[in-house]
Amino acid sequence: MLIRIVKEYLRPYKRWLAIIVALQLVGTIASLYLPSLNADIIDQGVVTGDTDYILRVGAVMLGISLLQIVCTIVAVYFGARTAMGFGRDLRSKIFHRVGEFSAREMAKFGAPSLITRNTNDVMQVQTLVFMSLTMMLMAPIMMVGGIIMALREDVGLFWLVAVAVPVLGVAIGFIVSHMVPGYRLMQGRIDVVNRVLREQTSGIRVLRAFVREPFEAERFGRANTELTDVSVSVGRWMAAMFPVLMLVLNVSSVAVLWFGAMRIESGAMEIGALTAFLSYLIQILWSVMMATFMLVMIPRAAVSSDRIAEVLDTDSSVALPVSGVTEVDRRGELELSGVGFMYPGATHPVLDDVSFVTRPGQITAIIGSTGAGKSTLLTLIPRLIDTTEGRVLVDGVDVRDLDADTLWSKIGLVPQQAYLFSGTVASNLKYGKPDATDEEMWTALEIAQARDFVAVMEGGLEAPIAQGGTNVSGGQRQRLAIARALIRRPEIYLFDDSFSALDLATDARLRRALKPYTADSTVVIVAQRVSTIADADQILVLEDGTVVGLGSHESLLATCPTYVEIVESQLKAEVAS
Amino acid sequence: MSDRTMKTTERVQAGPGPGRGPFGGGMIGQKSLEFGPSAKRLLGRLRPERSKAIAVLVAAVLSVGLSAIGPKVLGRATDIIFAGALGNQLPAGMTKAEAMDAARAAGQGQAADLLSAVDVVPGQGIDFRALGTVLLFALAIYVGSALLGYLQGYLLNDVVQRTIFRMRSEVEDKLNRLPLRYFDRQPRGELLSRVTNDIDNVSQSLQQTMSQMLNSLLTVIFVVAMMFFISPTLALIALVTIPLTMIVAGTVMKRSQKHFVAQWRRTGTLNGEIEEAFTGHSLVKVFGRQREVQAKFEEENEALYESSFAAQFLSGLIMPIMMFIGNLNYVIVAVVGGLRVASGTMTLGDVQAFIQYSRQFAQPITQIASMINLLQSGVASAERVFELLDADEEVADDHQPMMVEDPHGRVAFEQVSFRYDEDRPLIEDLSLTVEPGQTVAIVGPTGAGKTTLVNLIMRFYELDSGRITLDGIDIADMRRADLRSEIGMVLQDTWLFRGTIRENIAYGRPDATEDEILDAARATFVDRFVHSLPDSYDTEIDDEGSNVSAGEKQLITIARAFLADPALLILDEATSSVDTRTEALLQHAMAALRTDRTSFVIAHRLSTIRDADLILVMEAGRIVEQGNHDELIAIDGAYAALYNSQFTGADEEPEAAA
Repeated sequence: MLIRIVKEYLRPYKRWLAIIVALQLVGTIASLYLPSLNADIIDQGVVTGDTDYILRVGAVMLGISLLQIVCTIVAVYFGARTAMGFGRDLRSKIFHRVGEFSAREMAKFGAPSLITRNTNDVMQVQTLVFMSLTMMLMAPIMMVGGIIMALREDVGLFWLVAVAVPVLGVAIGFIVSHMVPGYRLMQGRIDVVNRVLREQTSGIRVLRAFVREPFEAERFGRANTELTDVSVSVGRWMAAMFPVLMLVLNVSSVAVLWFGAMRIESGAMEIGALTAFLSYLIQILWSVMMATFMLVMIPRAAVSSDRIAEVLDTDSSVALPVSGVTEVDRRGELELSGVGFMYPGATHPVLDDVSFVTRPGQITAIIGSTGAGKSTLLTLIPRLIDTTEGRVLVDGVDVRDLDADTLWSKIGLVPQQAYLFSGTVASNLKYGKPDATDEEMWTALEIAQARDFVAVMEGGLEAPIAQGGTNVSGGQRQRLAIARALIRRPEIYLFDDSFSALDLATDARLRRALKPYTADSTVVIVAQRVSTIADADQILVLEDGTVVGLGSHESLLATCPTYVEIVESQLKAEVAS
Repeated sequence: MSDRTMKTTERVQAGPGPGRGPFGGGMIGQKSLEFGPSAKRLLGRLRPERSKAIAVLVAAVLSVGLSAIGPKVLGRATDIIFAGALGNQLPAGMTKAEAMDAARAAGQGQAADLLSAVDVVPGQGIDFRALGTVLLFALAIYVGSALLGYLQGYLLNDVVQRTIFRMRSEVEDKLNRLPLRYFDRQPRGELLSRVTNDIDNVSQSLQQTMSQMLNSLLTVIFVVAMMFFISPTLALIALVTIPLTMIVAGTVMKRSQKHFVAQWRRTGTLNGEIEEAFTGHSLVKVFGRQREVQAKFEEENEALYESSFAAQFLSGLIMPIMMFIGNLNYVIVAVVGGLRVASGTMTLGDVQAFIQYSRQFAQPITQIASMINLLQSGVASAERVFELLDADEEVADDHQPMMVEDPHGRVAFEQVSFRYDEDRPLIEDLSLTVEPGQTVAIVGPTGAGKTTLVNLIMRFYELDSGRITLDGIDIADMRRADLRSEIGMVLQDTWLFRGTIRENIAYGRPDATEDEILDAARATFVDRFVHSLPDSYDTEIDDEGSNVSAGEKQLITIARAFLADPALLILDEATSSVDTRTEALLQHAMAALRTDRTSFVIAHRLSTIRDADLILVMEAGRIVEQGNHDELIAIDGAYAALYNSQFTGADEEPEAAA
């Protein structure tokens, strides 16, 4: 997955990639050339006492250093452009893909997970790409180049490289392989400690009410000890890393001097070559180490890229029509005919053979216990999900044939979770109708029973709303969400359990005000409270996804045992004590 | 490749989390208020590990010192080899002086100079015995340095981890001693961030700065000392690059820092955009706002691209620039050193050693510069943790606490006054007596002080004046734990911890037997739904994806209170509707719980209010009316008005509907 994603999303940057590789090649070769020149200074300058030569070669070394830094800087420039562009493109692609998702895919992944995939996971892969382009790319060049140069200096000592490289690789690999699982464990335990703290701070009243401080302290102490234990063991491996590395390097240097001296004594090698060889050996070992470190990053990025690919490879279960119907001559008619919905692989359908018709001016209420399929039914209408059986018709046209924008412009949705966007009261209302006037906004607020509290909020319509609407109470949030839908004056209103956070009186007032306002529209209400829906034109009683009753309150009381049961259970709740 | 590359990658390893600056500067943009004192206090926290800390220091000095001698020793080895190589070129039997004369005679004055500084015996090759001794010495030095280095890292790790462990424990203890006021004042996210993110950040920066700062600092000192020891002139030349390094590194870092801050901010904004778009996914669609949302995303995405490019590019420059300065040094030392060897004022081995030294000191300087950011961010976090640790604590329990022997549940408020804010009066001069077994319904608009009233009974807050008694004993004279174990509380926002249903019920009374737990579960209808769960009582409750509904969670909290079997009960009735059948169960469960107990109910349901023995109507912190339903309706005051507006408006009340 990692390779596939990196390959696919680096494609637009092919030319830059070529530049980067070329520059890194030149830069690395340049830096490899320096020790060789230094050897020349010793052998031909110092030994023979030729100061001119020393100065001349010194100037060349300076020039090569300059070349190297220029190459590296330009490479970093393109590397950063490429890697950051890669991240940007990938983020954009994921965002658009999620935009196409239906409610089903959203539910499958969950919004928080998708957010993480779109940001953190991309960041992981992006960091790996950047590191690869700027550093990892250098390692193999440095290694191969270093080996070639070392061979050029002296073949007889090369066996030292052949020993030192694997020794270092194995040693670092051994340490790293102990650290990586430790890190993973550590992250998990940090999460545990933080979760305990979160539970304690949010549950502080309950905790104190039940006098559970000692218990909580013990629970925390355990988590803390476990975290410390793993941190200590990871830290110890970490502490070994640098000394081991330095030891391998230094012992190799000592060995080079000893065995080099023998070769010099036998006349097979010059002294300058010895120092150069030493430099190359160190460079080779550094690049081995760098490569090892880089390799450690790969598993993490691979996990991230798997999570990204999972999103990109998921197709929306709702395919929007390419050229859908945009012209319809009717207004607000809604018909469900034999509608069924079943998750793939499930044994029981969520909805089975649901049919009803409703017209403008009518209120249709849907009631039933949790899990009966009420919300699912509502989400079928704006095609947040598609039916697996039967058809949903809006104004006589199958919603799957309607142009999506045309369909959505007909619908005002108030979801179960009243979600507000960050901004102001006005900007949230304008979500429903971008060109709404102040007057329209106040009217919508009035009907939604939100006028009073908005009027006293600091700034009125311009009062700030925090993301999600967390700075207003649940009931206020719900009323603002209702106003947002009202202001659109849509042909079809969908209220998904939208009155639950309101007290009975507000609920009643709101419904009274709503009636004349929605007189020309079709209204579908999902509700829990019988009182909310008793005056609906028709009530649809759902149980386990099937319709067990359809009719008015009075007729259902006479004919539908499930409905009677629901009504009685709420009555009992009232008289119980 | 030089060590600086290694250090960078090592940090990438060590510092998890994406987008961390290459300087490991975690929470960039965070500055401490008082760096000096806070840093000192942070260091002071290492005190319990004093002996280990001293050992760390000694080991560090020895380890860095030994490794600093290394190149000089290897230089000595090079000299021996060099002398041997030269000696081989000269005919045997000649003395060194003769050889020099011969060289001068041949017009090679410079070669003669070179010979003068070398310990050469013409005709004699490399002295392997001397070389072997020197190299064995070097080997011993390096092994010693590595062992001491490991010891230092090992001990330091212990010191840091123990310190962080203690800090976490202290924070935990502190949380249990803080008054609830503190929790009210702090936004929850803010407090959470202190106890989690900030401590994590302190831990990370302590670990990284402590070891690297110490090593870097010592390395610079030792290396510079060695350089001066070998050749003061060359050292001075090489040291010119120190200020150069610092200036360049400083400027680039400062600039990139700015972009890193921007990158963080942009990441935050983009995250916000994505969060809104994904959380409000269906709204965005149905309200036809997809195009606008996408345009906004693209805009922010592009902005993030630009700022992260700038940040990464600038910080990516540091390494090549440092490498260049290193190379510059290398060239200077090679040239000047070469000239000096040729002129006989320096040995080749010393030049060799010098090159190694000059490569070693640029890196730690960069390291120190980069550590400063990390250290700052760590100290800023530590400061926030200290603030928490310094916060005022609850009044300690009385040394000779009173106990209620056989609680009946008689509660009396005597001229109680309380306010959260000094200048905003809330509860003033409130008196009230509740007889054992009575149900008290508290009604009134939001902000009237209903919750405050019950919080005072729990002694979550201390009174400003007056007293509250339980069976005649002032609750301020009791231990909080004793008082609270007489009271059961069920709040509207259900609080369960991650654990099984059984564990969550048993939370009410840890020593409860299995039978008692099951009895409580049966009495509160938990038993009913539990059996439809695959793991029944062993079902884990977690934050999301749980197969336990909100109403069922509420039932569990009622079971918890039931098991605790308190003399006094505090209930906050849920307003938000759960599904109808669970709701009915909830009502039954609460009713079961109330039987024969003094109960305070923050009431929303008409039935609860009507059947209460005593109704308290609260407005702005005062009890404006009290009495039972019929009495209060009869006086036709605030209660009657509330009753009419709240309940008669809903003419489709279930009663009416049926």
